[in-house]
Amino acid sequence: MRFWNAYVLARSIEEALDILSHTPGPALPVAGGTDLLLEIQQGEHEPVHTLVDITHIPELKRLEQTEDHLFIGAAVPVSRIAESPLVRFHALAVAEACGQIGGPQVRNSATLGGNVAHALPAADGMIALLALDARAEVASLEGRRLEPMENLFKGPGQTALDLRREILVGFHVPLRRSHQASAFGRVMRPQGVALPILNTAVWLERHGEVIGDVRVAIGPSGPVPRRANAVEAVFRGRPCNEETFAAARQAIRDSIRFRSSPLRASAEYRYHLSGILLEEVVIKAWQRTLEPSVVEAV
Amino acid sequence: MSERLHLWVNGQEVDLPVVPGEMLSDLLRYRLGLTGTKIGCNEMECGACTVLVDGEPILSCSYPAVRAQGKHVLTIEGLSKAVEETAKASTEESLHPLQEAFIKYGALQCGFCTPGQIMTSYALLLRNPEPSDEDIKTALKDTLCRCGAYPAILQAIKAAAKAMRTGSPVEPPAIPPASKPGKYVGKVHPRPDAVAKVTGRAKYTDDLQFEGMLHARVKRAMVPSAIVTRIDVSKARALPGVVAVLTAEDIPGEHNHGLVIYDWPILVGVGERVRYVGDALALVAAETREIATQALDLIEVEFEPLPVVSDPVQAAQPDAPKIHPNGNLLKHIKVRKGDVAQGFAEADVILEHTFYTPMHDHAFLEPECSIARPTPDGRMEVYVGSQIPYADRQQIARALGWPETRVHVIGQLMGGGFGGKEDIAGQIHAALLAHATGRPVKLLYDRHESLIAHPKRHATQIRVKVGAKSDGRLTAVETELYGDTGAYASLGEKVMTRATTHSSGPYEVPHVKADCYAMYTNNPPAGAFRGFGVMQSAFAIESIMDMLAERLGMDPVELRRKNALRVGSVTNTGQVLRQSVGLLECIEKVEAEMRRLGGPNPFEPKAVPGAPHLRRAWGFAVGYKNTGLGGGAPDKAGAEVELRRDGTFQVRTSSAELGQGLPTVLQLIAAEELNQSPRRIEVLLMDTDLTPDGGPTTASRQTFVTGNAVRYAARALKELLTSELSERYDVPPEQVRFVEGLAQINGRTLTLQQVAEEMMASGRPPVTSYTYWAPATRPLGEGGDMHFAFSFAAQAAEVEVNTLTGEVKVLRMIIANDVGYAINPLGLRGQIEGGAIMGIGHTLTENFILKDGHVVTDRLARYRTPSIVHTPEIISFVVEHPVAEGPYGAKGVGEIVLIPTPPAITNAIYNAVGVRVDRLPVDQEMICKALNNC
Repeated sequence: MRFWNAYVLARSIEEALDILSHTPGPALPVAGGTDLLLEIQQGEHEPVHTLVDITHIPELKRLEQTEDHLFIGAAVPVSRIAESPLVRFHALAVAEACGQIGGPQVRNSATLGGNVAHALPAADGMIALLALDARAEVASLEGRRLEPMENLFKGPGQTALDLRREILVGFHVPLRRSHQASAFGRVMRPQGVALPILNTAVWLERHGEVIGDVRVAIGPSGPVPRRANAVEAVFRGRPCNEETFAAARQAIRDSIRFRSSPLRASAEYRYHLSGILLEEVVIKAWQRTLEPSVVEAV
Repeated sequence: MSERLHLWVNGQEVDLPVVPGEMLSDLLRYRLGLTGTKIGCNEMECGACTVLVDGEPILSCSYPAVRAQGKHVLTIEGLSKAVEETAKASTEESLHPLQEAFIKYGALQCGFCTPGQIMTSYALLLRNPEPSDEDIKTALKDTLCRCGAYPAILQAIKAAAKAMRTGSPVEPPAIPPASKPGKYVGKVHPRPDAVAKVTGRAKYTDDLQFEGMLHARVKRAMVPSAIVTRIDVSKARALPGVVAVLTAEDIPGEHNHGLVIYDWPILVGVGERVRYVGDALALVAAETREIATQALDLIEVEFEPLPVVSDPVQAAQPDAPKIHPNGNLLKHIKVRKGDVAQGFAEADVILEHTFYTPMHDHAFLEPECSIARPTPDGRMEVYVGSQIPYADRQQIARALGWPETRVHVIGQLMGGGFGGKEDIAGQIHAALLAHATGRPVKLLYDRHESLIAHPKRHATQIRVKVGAKSDGRLTAVETELYGDTGAYASLGEKVMTRATTHSSGPYEVPHVKADCYAMYTNNPPAGAFRGFGVMQSAFAIESIMDMLAERLGMDPVELRRKNALRVGSVTNTGQVLRQSVGLLECIEKVEAEMRRLGGPNPFEPKAVPGAPHLRRAWGFAVGYKNTGLGGGAPDKAGAEVELRRDGTFQVRTSSAELGQGLPTVLQLIAAEELNQSPRRIEVLLMDTDLTPDGGPTTASRQTFVTGNAVRYAARALKELLTSELSERYDVPPEQVRFVEGLAQINGRTLTLQQVAEEMMASGRPPVTSYTYWAPATRPLGEGGDMHFAFSFAAQAAEVEVNTLTGEVKVLRMIIANDVGYAINPLGLRGQIEGGAIMGIGHTLTENFILKDGHVVTDRLARYRTPSIVHTPEIISFVVEHPVAEGPYGAKGVGEIVLIPTPPAITNAIYNAVGVRVDRLPVDQEMICKALNNC
């Protein structure tokens, strides 16, 4: 089938933006294409005239530590992120999440940029980036800007980016300081769509025997991905114990409206799982704060 | 566009024009002819299309060809070459150690996924020369094998890795021979097609190209129940590149097809009735698949919707809308033995429970493909992977209005069948288009179409009532089954008959009453699927047997042992079992191993140290399955054996190879009888001009029926050669002997070439044919032998249940199968392990979901088959209680291997956490809710 008319390998961001904004028909940037190309192949996407492949743009393939942040290029395959010692040190939740996207072959094509641009409410990589307080670097014809992750989503599967004028360049993740750590976990079911019933990413900072600052992201917890602020508030300044977890579970019930999806999970099951998963992930992160030099085996 | 694409494929520079929309797999397969790279799903789920790009495995089905610009692509065809640079060539074919190990370990069956498995494994070994089981499972997580060769794949990769590290040859697997091995039968031999399958040279139907070939697509109703009021194909016909568009009125012959009942329209015409979403309305043949697909959208169709009957119980209501003129009941099937009222009156304990099983899709990795090609002599060739080539011929001829002999079905390698390639798929449609256009026509289903169109496993509702004395002896079993046979009969009556006759389990029960209602619905048709109804009824009876054991306070193994069929037992259909009932030995073997591994109380829940939320326990189940058609159906197969001019032999029969290993079995049987090594024997299958009718490949019958045909044909050939030589050289027949490649006649030695030459010169061609008739059987209800053999099995499964989330894992399985005799131990191991893995899939991952007749699971991403991560440690025992008439005592094996698996797992779940699963697949949410009251 002719799924597109032109497929262009852009060599620079400027070239990609130029083609996207000047193509006569509908045009889209594509990275790994593991979601987008499938949707096009299966007729679930409006016709695309031109696909602009951004995986050959050197800047988007960078994965490096700068002075104040870790930069993960939007077109870095998630398999590389999952195994990167840098990411595993500074943002283990992102590495863990990337290690669970799709299967091994898919991970060699799939990218974090695509995971975020697809804007699904429970995309593993995106949930981890939210908890890590990452900012997205966006390039447009007007220049570059940094956006908080929350600003990138309009609705389920709908990005807030204008893909004819804007490209995700990469993600800026704060560097890990001592007593800080992160973790990611998810629950699947063996039947049906390969989307998690629930996933959770946590970043926290340990202040002696209590949790200091903390960030929690739970997916899918609404039409757009967002942090679980009420749950975070429960953890701040409290010890990592059952009493705190009970309060956190209550906060989930009070602040998050889980949906029932007939083929995946009922809302009740999600409420139940969310408490278990949250506890598991928080404890994992909490324990990691005591291992400042930990770099898990690659 | 005039752009060029420049890349390296298997080390060779390739420079081609860019084709818009082309994926890398298309470039490899259709422009470069590298058809070793397979397309199983075209949706990044199955991994069959895995190739390496710059050393990393990727899925070529959704990887734009242009993206490979400037890169190095390695496909299966390039692997043997690659090895020459990195490691030593290990055989004369210079196979890569992985390829060699896959062959030795039997890590391939149908072979369709094999290139993807090997390429994924190769990429793993590049990075990790000494992978652990976990590393392998991680790397191969999404490279699916529907034959379930995962345990062998795992071992093969480790053996290959070791060979590569040490430079020594690939170590052979430890597979015991048959208890009484012959010279060839009963010993481990590789598949004859193995080298072709591991190198990517093996051709499946979609790998074939013909000059001037058109591409077909089918317009399907996509509504489950309606009258067609209008079909307008004029716009589609006008589309440039479209060569033909056909509707019902263009069918020259009969309008319906079907395996037993001709109730399935080849095309539904205007004014006629649509009965399921997959009903075909129009056929398009065009110069390219892309144009044919565009044309489908230009066909205008209008319907008058009708009410939808979506489940078999609803279908049986008196006021249900009628799907067929005679109503919705395909068949009421009855089994009667004794008097159940009396049996229940005698019982100390009575239990009753209802169980549910869903439809399942075969999900063979090779989607259906047919190529029809008119020949200059006015005949029609049809290339297809089909389980019943002669039935295809008959049905195609019927639709064309031709005598059968004008149709020539040429069977191709099949990428899995499992019963799903018994019904006609595209064969008739391709032939109609080829007839209309005079050109070869290829009709390839995509995965979406395959999931929607072809017959499924019957969904069932099964109520079981059992009565027993307090010592555990069964007094009565009453069952009531509803089977969803979908829109058309297919093999529904046969399948549900098997479900019914097996519904009281492999037990001797004095009083049995079983009633089954096989109902038409507006769901996709249900037909043959490995296990053939018995998988469903075994889930019900084996679940309630564990419930009964608990009620009686008895050990579940003891309860089964007490009631098990044995020699002398009378089955529920009144058959006296006179021989070959190895059930007790299967039970003993599995029980002993289970108690060795799981301690004296394997059914008690055990906490996992350090993980108090995890509970483990074992579960146990048994099963049986008929070999052969039975029920009074004539069950025969024809075979020919020929000594050819070059001194090798050819065995010919139309019986089908779906991956299960029939060519190995027939090759070994002929080798044994002719006293020649298997490499001198070629097996030709599935050709209606060249091979005699072997009957349908179904009902676990081919080893027995066609195996016997080949055995007797080979014996007859040996006798023919002996008598010819004894006459010619005037020696008594006892002095004629055959050894490898030679005939020895009282001190004189002739090569087999010379023997062949001499016989042909004297006008007595060295070829024999034999039609084997299996022992006669009697119809259900008449008593006597309903089947000529049964296979038996026992299985134990150890599960781990997460009490917090309800998640279930199968950790270990112990399996014993009574197969009569292990002719082909390597293939048998593959069937045993693959059956268990399919059973695990049916229990944990697979659920074919419909909503008001519409298919919800219409992509492989939604219908999930088990992967290597679901693969437990499997310990298997082969039990051999020979059946006198079977070849060397063998009986069927293909189906029994999966039948006890679902209840073994669900019984283990009950033992671990006290939650009874009475509906497949296991729903972790249900378990979680039961445990946590949430």
